[in-house]
Amino acid sequence: MTSSTASNSPAPAPAAGHASAAPPAALPLTDAGVARIRADFPALAREVNGHPLAYLDSGATAQRPLAVLDAERDFLLSSNAAVHRGAHLMAAEATELFEEARETVARFVGADPDEIVWTSNATEAINLVAYGISNASLGRGGAAAEGFRLGPGDEIVSTEAEHHANLVPWQELAARTGATLRIIPVDDDGVLDLDHLDEIVTERTKLLAFAHVSNVTGAIAPVATLVARARQVGALVVLDACQSVPHASVDLHALDVDFAAFSGHKMLGPTGVGVLYGKQELLDALPPFLTGGSMITTVTLEASEYLPAPQRFEAGTQKVSQSIALAAAVDYLTAVGMDRVAAHEAALGQRLAAGLAAIPGVRLLGPAAGIPRVGLASFDVAGVHSHDVGQFLDDLGVAVRVGHHCAQPLHRRLGVTSSTRASSYLYTTDAEVDRALDAVAKTVAFFGGPEGSAA
Amino acid sequence: MSSSELQSLYQQVILDHSKHPHGKGALSGDTAASSCQINPTCGDEITLELHPGADGTFDRVSWDGSGCAISQASASLLAGLAEDWTPAVLRERIGQFREALRSRGAIEIDEELFEDAAALGGVSRYTARVKCAMLAWVAAEDALTRLDA
Repeated sequence: MTSSTASNSPAPAPAAGHASAAPPAALPLTDAGVARIRADFPALAREVNGHPLAYLDSGATAQRPLAVLDAERDFLLSSNAAVHRGAHLMAAEATELFEEARETVARFVGADPDEIVWTSNATEAINLVAYGISNASLGRGGAAAEGFRLGPGDEIVSTEAEHHANLVPWQELAARTGATLRIIPVDDDGVLDLDHLDEIVTERTKLLAFAHVSNVTGAIAPVATLVARARQVGALVVLDACQSVPHASVDLHALDVDFAAFSGHKMLGPTGVGVLYGKQELLDALPPFLTGGSMITTVTLEASEYLPAPQRFEAGTQKVSQSIALAAAVDYLTAVGMDRVAAHEAALGQRLAAGLAAIPGVRLLGPAAGIPRVGLASFDVAGVHSHDVGQFLDDLGVAVRVGHHCAQPLHRRLGVTSSTRASSYLYTTDAEVDRALDAVAKTVAFFGGPEGSAA
Repeated sequence: MSSSELQSLYQQVILDHSKHPHGKGALSGDTAASSCQINPTCGDEITLELHPGADGTFDRVSWDGSGCAISQASASLLAGLAEDWTPAVLRERIGQFREALRSRGAIEIDEELFEDAAALGGVSRYTARVKCAMLAWVAAEDALTRLDA
């Protein structure tokens, strides 16, 4: 295992080449800086059940700054039109803004613009890859797509820590192609166990899919180790970057992954827009997933030919205002500085983890306090169901996520059916984390501690 | 410390039933009238068995599963009540219970009919939790259809 996953290492070294919870060189955000940021987010100023809102559910969806709302509205007020068609001025402006948004997002993740495909969400992005491979396996895409073909004897590898969006599409792809799905397990902390990596990722492995950062434990995957093994055996790497790209500086070229997916609404942007990154030569060779208008070169009644990437994956009317607003979100994050965002959240994550671990009756899931994690923490309260914890916290104005967080296998492995997750962002304050910790302690007291069933 | 709304959601009788549930854990598997219901958003699961007796009511209503305080207390309260009900009464009560819970607080649960389970009325103001309180009752509803079959 690499330093970033060594659960017993008290002072792990920063893992090079990917999002790291180690303090970056940039100055962290000050309290005054966070206060200025918060002023840009009107939703954060509301009251909930008679208390000021403490929004600790940004891992599910982030709040949006006025700049993002304004960008979308300004576009709709002045330049709204369909893109890549029409000869009128507004259509030209819309197309230009749409493609500029692609360039902005590409720069943000260290990619080239033609390597960025707009999707509806990250789930669609991962499914796009899965169905492209599926179509290649049916012979679509010709000789260029042969490298994607899967069949009996081939293997797809995912992990026990995945969000369902990075597991179920691979289960389905395996079922459609006859390939076998294999799983990298996690240890008792829910952290990837790479002791048997070389036995799981082998010459038979054609694709390795894993999350950069776990949406449940906040643990950071050792991307370099996993990519190196994939390269040894010639497997493609699909990275679920939903919990990393919004929270840290991520350079997809430097990570050398083949595909990556992330969503707009987790990074201050709108819902309804997500991103698939793919290496240029791979995207150009992958058969399309959704077909129809806007992705073709010539169409006859019998057959059609397709545009190169990214357009070949962008069939039909596009998410124009959403993409432009997402670029505004990227501009906002860039102006703050992703290293500062990451440092701020790493500190919040440690504050959460240490505080939760110190409450009797509370079990912190994932890496122990002191081990790198992003700004989120999931926990189990002995004898109290996560829905009851979440309800009690909501009554005190603290908004958290409850349930299995779309990661049932990981919860099963950790011996719980569900958990409560507090997740932060650049606008989260120490005081909000402390309020959440206080509310959790009160929850334990209210429900009478661990005497009840541990269900 | 907590609001009156929250106190009304988590009344003492609910907390007591969730910690010391009635009819839990005694599944025998020897009745056709059994149903497992899952709440897919949280993974909560309840399996409930109806054991019809010679007198037209139920000898035993048993269940097992895991879930929040609301779902566990609701299953416990249902198991206690339903043992005195006939299948027809149970069917009617499930309908009345559902109507009250879906009323957003407009319809109170009749204490004459539902006894301690009337405490679950506070759930109706929390629309996201109605499905928690309904889980065992939906299992009973489904189990009834198997009893009829």
